Amino acid sequence: MIGVISYQTGNARSVLRALAAIGAPARLVASPDDCDDIDRFVLPGVGAADVTMKSLEEAGWPDYLRARVVEGGAPFLGVCVGLQVLLDHSAEGDVDGLGWLSGEVREFPSSELRVPQMGWNSVDVKSTHPLLAGVPSDSYFYFVNSYFATVGDDDLLATTEYGAPFAAVIGRDNIMATQFHVEKSGPAGLAVLTNFVNFGKAA
Amino acid sequence: MLTTRLIACLDVVEGNVTKARRFEDNIVVGDVETVVAGLYQQQIDEVIFYDILASAQNRRIDLETVERVASRVFIPLTVGGGIKSLEDMHLVLDAGAEKISMDSMAVKNPELITQGANEFGRQCIVVSMQVKRVVPTAAIPSGYEVAINGARVFTGMDAVEWARKAEAMGAGEIVVNSIDQDGTHQGYDLTITKAITDAVRVPVIASGGAGTVAHIAAAVQEADVSAAIVSSILYSPRMEKLTTVAELKAELAHDYGIHVRPIVAA
Repeated sequence: MIGVISYQTGNARSVLRALAAIGAPARLVASPDDCDDIDRFVLPGVGAADVTMKSLEEAGWPDYLRARVVEGGAPFLGVCVGLQVLLDHSAEGDVDGLGWLSGEVREFPSSELRVPQMGWNSVDVKSTHPLLAGVPSDSYFYFVNSYFATVGDDDLLATTEYGAPFAAVIGRDNIMATQFHVEKSGPAGLAVLTNFVNFGKAA
Repeated sequence: MLTTRLIACLDVVEGNVTKARRFEDNIVVGDVETVVAGLYQQQIDEVIFYDILASAQNRRIDLETVERVASRVFIPLTVGGGIKSLEDMHLVLDAGAEKISMDSMAVKNPELITQGANEFGRQCIVVSMQVKRVVPTAAIPSGYEVAINGARVFTGMDAVEWARKAEAMGAGEIVVNSIDQDGTHQGYDLTITKAITDAVRVPVIASGGAGTVAHIAAAVQEADVSAAIVSSILYSPRMEKLTTVAELKAELAHDYGIHVRPIVAA
């Protein structure tokens, strides 16, 4: 059973609907006490990194998820802000993230670009991680973000360009995240979500 | 590279998509689920769904219809009509919308823009504005006045000033909807659209009047919009010949060199 982490301003229900559409058993989880049957996690996200971190901390998620995901190996997918909070620090509200992967989150320069970036943009796939199996470079996904992440090459699975290249997909083993909205990127997004659902299962 | 979006904007009345001309004489196109599912199959980039009578009838938006649509369509869905509070926004987002669109209510209570942006982030809040050409005055220097309540009430506000204020208050995207051009198939109003894209840094969407691919291309190339709303051209019973999303995108790409999300073979 997949647990879609539900918090104040997330769009957990949209992710749940997308999982339902690909036939994956999933339900919303509102707190760590509610996760006995959960074997993989999705952290959806809309809104600000600092607000998201605060919501997660209030519900006791950081320690629980660290034990289950970082130490326990449960597959984890962060989406949008759910990607950004995995890193060390975000300039959005000057907040420290979960720090599972090393990287920074900064704001797009609105002097040069329309911000937020809003719309379909293409990815350049950099890795053979199973999350991107069957996803060719130049596939298009739906992005909505004012802030963007940069990570080390080892954790960089795909990049996208808006002004300059930024991290579109990051991951290390069972920890995975997309800056784009898998749940709103049509069949291409559902294909990535399906790869997550199947991650670590025998073919 | 970020692509120019084609957005279908659906005026929904009692579960049906309708099409107006200059904000009047709505005729029924079909039930909303069928229309949206068809547009999704055609690979439209985004859908806006307006419950156009919610405000006038002083009732909450039709959440069941939003939820039914959101369960079938996995592209961004913006929902508007009758949103009066943060609670309404929560309900609409829970029902499956990505973005909230506010029009008349944003004019009546601009604080709602800020409240929504603080709660959900700027990217979630779309301000849609109805604009009409008028004789320029000191109060309306752009020569475009903002209207509300289905283009029935004029506010005395300058359209460019309102766009700047909406952005400052937290709007993440602005829809410029020309009352003069709406449903005429004669092209977007490029003058006001360009004035607004020049005045703000958030993405701007052209709305009202597209009848040909050339109209869309002009909005992108002359008025610098990030997205164009197409309605009549895709499904209006008033059009002599309808066009598919694939046809629009092929022409935009090949004839005008506009970067659009390519159609993916099924």
